[in-house]
Amino acid sequence: MRVDVSNPLWRFRGIRAATWLFFAYLYLPIVVLIVLSFNENRLATIWSGFSTQWYGVVLGNDDIMRAATNSLVVATTATLAATFAATLAALGMAKTRFIGADGISGLIVLPLVVPEVVTAVATLLFFILIGFRLGLTTVIVAHTVFCIPFAYLPIRARLEGMDKALGEAAADLYASDWQAFRRVTLPLLWPGILSGAMLAFIISLDDFVITYFVAGAGATTLPVYIFGMIRIGITPEVNAISSLMLIVSILFVTLSFLVGRMRR
Amino acid sequence: MTAATRRRILQIAPAMAIIGFFMVAPLGLMAYVSLLQKGVNGGVVWDVHTTEAYVNFIFERDFDDSLIVNTDYLQIFARSFGLSLLTAVLALAIGFPTALYMAMQPEGRRNLLIFLVTIPFWTNLLVRNYAWILLLRNGGLVEGLLRWLGLSDQPLGLMYTPYAVSIGLTYSYLPFMVLPIYASLEKLDSRLIEAAFDLGADRRRALTRVILPLAVPGIAAGCILVFVPALGAYVTPELLGGGKSMMIGNLIQGQFAAARNWPFGAALAFALLAIVLLAMMIYLMRFRRAPAAP
Amino acid sequence: MERPAIEARGLSKTFGSGLDAVHALDDVSLTIRQNEFFTLLGPSGCGKTTLLRLIGGFEQPSGGDIFLEGQQLTGLPPFKRPINTVFQSYALFPHLTVGQNVAFGLEMLGRPKKEREARVEQMLALVKLQGYANRRPTQLSGGQQQRVALARALASQPKVLLLDEPLSALDLKLRKEMQIELKRLQTETGITFVFVTHDQEEALTMSDRLAVMESGQILQIGAPTEIYEHPQRRFVADFIGETNFLEGRIEVAGDTAVAHLACGGKLSLNGQAGAPSSNGEAVTLAVRPERAVIAPAGAEGLSARIGAVVYMGTDTTYHLTLTDGTAFIVRSQNNEGARLDLASGAEVKVQIAPAAVQRLAD
Repeated sequence: MRVDVSNPLWRFRGIRAATWLFFAYLYLPIVVLIVLSFNENRLATIWSGFSTQWYGVVLGNDDIMRAATNSLVVATTATLAATFAATLAALGMAKTRFIGADGISGLIVLPLVVPEVVTAVATLLFFILIGFRLGLTTVIVAHTVFCIPFAYLPIRARLEGMDKALGEAAADLYASDWQAFRRVTLPLLWPGILSGAMLAFIISLDDFVITYFVAGAGATTLPVYIFGMIRIGITPEVNAISSLMLIVSILFVTLSFLVGRMRR
Repeated sequence: MTAATRRRILQIAPAMAIIGFFMVAPLGLMAYVSLLQKGVNGGVVWDVHTTEAYVNFIFERDFDDSLIVNTDYLQIFARSFGLSLLTAVLALAIGFPTALYMAMQPEGRRNLLIFLVTIPFWTNLLVRNYAWILLLRNGGLVEGLLRWLGLSDQPLGLMYTPYAVSIGLTYSYLPFMVLPIYASLEKLDSRLIEAAFDLGADRRRALTRVILPLAVPGIAAGCILVFVPALGAYVTPELLGGGKSMMIGNLIQGQFAAARNWPFGAALAFALLAIVLLAMMIYLMRFRRAPAAP
Repeated sequence: MERPAIEARGLSKTFGSGLDAVHALDDVSLTIRQNEFFTLLGPSGCGKTTLLRLIGGFEQPSGGDIFLEGQQLTGLPPFKRPINTVFQSYALFPHLTVGQNVAFGLEMLGRPKKEREARVEQMLALVKLQGYANRRPTQLSGGQQQRVALARALASQPKVLLLDEPLSALDLKLRKEMQIELKRLQTETGITFVFVTHDQEEALTMSDRLAVMESGQILQIGAPTEIYEHPQRRFVADFIGETNFLEGRIEVAGDTAVAHLACGGKLSLNGQAGAPSSNGEAVTLAVRPERAVIAPAGAEGLSARIGAVVYMGTDTTYHLTLTDGTAFIVRSQNNEGARLDLASGAEVKVQIAPAAVQRLAD
């Protein structure tokens, strides 16, 4: 839709107000949470003054730091494994179409379609029944599975948009298959791989439901730990660690948005 | 087999192996477990096959082994359906005008708005739902705001109600409604709207007769993308809803925690999966095969 | 005297502001008569589409007023104007059938179903698409879509029909057919047509009158013959057909005026091109290639040397160079076969009758 906003003809009454309402709805809770995390009061929702003390408390809490470390280990490992598998799969699915391609595409995005709670139950039963001890490994495996489609889709999109003639041109200029891949395809594919990996990383870092089911003792990730804290009660510590997670995510995304813009 | 085919198989194999072994096989196993007898202390009895789990869903065994209809679980399914539908409708009501507004902005501002819509998607769902506790609980900020505006000074008792759950669900999945609608509106040729104006349609009729019908693919996609995760939601009802607003996700989780009834939990999960796949299939058949609007 | 269909007074339109401001229209005034086939002709970016969109109500003018049969239109949105548009891309509603598309305007006017159905039949017959009512626009060819767009715009019997380069997407053969078709529709319906195009041939063959536009201004308004035979501005002469330009100074002697050309020759001017002027005034003269004649070197006229000769069947084009280096084109019909004596490099004379000379204002 290309319209001139200054033209009164296009002034649909109410949609501007609705948009304001929409963004207020979307951001009010986030803003409130972050503001309250700087509240010095022990009672989490009664404002009595600015303070960063709760961040200090949170960062000094060994359990939280251990959970955060677990989260990072899981997210990093799952991202690397998922991105590797997804990149290979995207390369395999590119070029000519073949019988069964639709089925394979469907299978790759299956983790996006199946409700999280179902995946969680199925994975839990599977690990228990094959006698796999629940722990960090089970969490990493489960995360790798649902990270694959998130990494796959941007890589696939990037490959789709790539000119097929480039590979042919490389071959024409005496590049072997491997050289063509190393020198032409891979450099062009990098942005896709990077954004796929970033997506996978954040999705893994944020996951709660599946982790909650398949995490054994000692494999508590940050969201699972926060869930436990919320269960016990609303405290300034929860506000602080929650805000920290939000701020890190938002910074991460904003950074990737800006990087993406610069590249263009 | 040519070298190219062999290479292709090798390339696709890792992803297929991971998803096949850790996703498809578990789903199959889950379906199988749903047909087993539950163990006395949890777990399953491997060699006893029974449809007990599915019978359990509708009936209850009385002391004399006769079956009595028990609507508890049906109610939870019905509530989950109702809340998810409500969520889709609310998200559509707020999301459509926003998508329309976004689609009519100049290029630069559009990208900024899309970015602002997607940010919450990247942040932790659990944390975002937790923020609503701060707003909704007794003595929370919503009450404070209403009192300040002079609208109400009663305790609202919003927390742990289906209202709180639908507010939280709508909030959680709102971006999934806006983005596909925006995508279809963005593609819409503004000349078509001008043609409607030209032929005497005022803004309201241009909206209902031209813009809305042409945005139907986006609206349908948005509704599916909101409805499906809402139906399987666990976090939102867990945090914002009480026992009276339990949803399928919580019921399933319960079977693996307190109740220790794995076959029943597996059966519930399988039923949820079936509903979701059915909804997706209907959507795909109705909207992907139809002649695409240019 | 009857009221004009459309009257524009001092219209201007600026897009954007500050340094980015684009003046699409600059103080444009024009009058379009009732039942006229009026064309706005100009290169892309000349403001013709903006003018059309102002009449249609899709944009509001930055200054000036538009009247429809004497009634002020300024400020009225398009849905309150009895003016309809045929869009360049047709803008047919893809989710409605052909019949529903044609009936759309009548439905918006609240006409009863019976009347709408009858009118759809009638309109589809008018554009020769009987039996297509239940098709989807996407199932039709470009030419058929064009006809549906016409039927849709005409169905509610607007006072004025605006056509925004409606033929530009069609191939040549279809375009010729539609030109005749449009002319027929205009005559049959008696509706005032305002047609926008950048194709001069289209403008000349179809219009009752046309306005030539450039850089947001109207340079000349007139009937096709008037515009072609008597262009007043250099741009008009150049944009419509081929033209030779000759620079010179006027010398008045009694009743006659003579132009002393830069190439050294002289051209006597008739009354129209000569008067009123003063001695020594600089002039630009325009001469159409087919109005000049090539004569042997010994004859009267402007000296020239033949460059390229392009034989085109019915006629031949000679690219000449005058003594001062000015390029000059002469086109002559091959009524008696090709003239083999006029070959490249030959020295000749160019003869131009006073009536063939058009004096330009710039």
